[in-house]
Amino acid sequence: MSTRSGRSAMDRRRVLAGAAGATLAVALRPAIAATLPRTETTEAAIRRFLGDNPIRPGRVTLDLPPLVENGNTVPLAVSVESPMTAEDHVRRIGVFNEKNPQPNVMTVHLRPGAGRAQVSTRIRLADTQRITAIAEMSDGTYWSASADAIVTLAACLEG
Amino acid sequence: MARALINLPKTAKAGDVIAIKTLMAHPMETGFRPGADGRILPRNIVTEFVCRFEDEEIFRAELFPASAANPFLTFTWVATRSGRFSFTWRGDGGFDQTETASITVA
Repeated sequence: MSTRSGRSAMDRRRVLAGAAGATLAVALRPAIAATLPRTETTEAAIRRFLGDNPIRPGRVTLDLPPLVENGNTVPLAVSVESPMTAEDHVRRIGVFNEKNPQPNVMTVHLRPGAGRAQVSTRIRLADTQRITAIAEMSDGTYWSASADAIVTLAACLEG
Repeated sequence: MARALINLPKTAKAGDVIAIKTLMAHPMETGFRPGADGRILPRNIVTEFVCRFEDEEIFRAELFPASAANPFLTFTWVATRSGRFSFTWRGDGGFDQTETASITVA
């Protein structure tokens, strides 16, 4: 009995903590939006990257922690299924965000001798948002993948 | 000179895919953040990273304010022959630094 009541007390505490966190996030969000006007929309940045070409989902894997405690440094890894030969390789990978002040995260240029199309880095996230990676292949096709990250401490507020 | 860390195997067999890890000590000030006086701090980021093997460009990255401080990048390359890699970071305020690392391929 005592263990059960202990557990329910824990659950209640967790629920309360979660609610407090949610209230805080809601309270902070308009402040971020007001101080950080976006330089360009994500759609415009992606359009600039791929021109009029269509994007297909697949071949790209985007690894991002689903829950981010500190938005100032978030590990991000992108890999693309490709043999990386002279005839068939990944030329560029562009990574885009939805809610940072600027839509670009990074653009990398790869060469056939890379062996694998695999890149990792650390990024900043200003808010809970979706990250999209787009790979340009040597045959001119574009493939993409997206991942969502929930950010509890936003970049740009502290540190 | 800012401190750079470069990690890659000293030796490799021909045909091995080697992982190259690089980190540059740099604040990567976004240009969107207010300072202590409430004014926006000027942007100071690394905008470009290039890796060359024996003067041939093998990897290039364009970086934006969304890069975390101390930009860290890892990528791969197939070891085919011994030689020297050079790593160049360029950025705001005339930031320009080049480091080198060698590999012996058996």
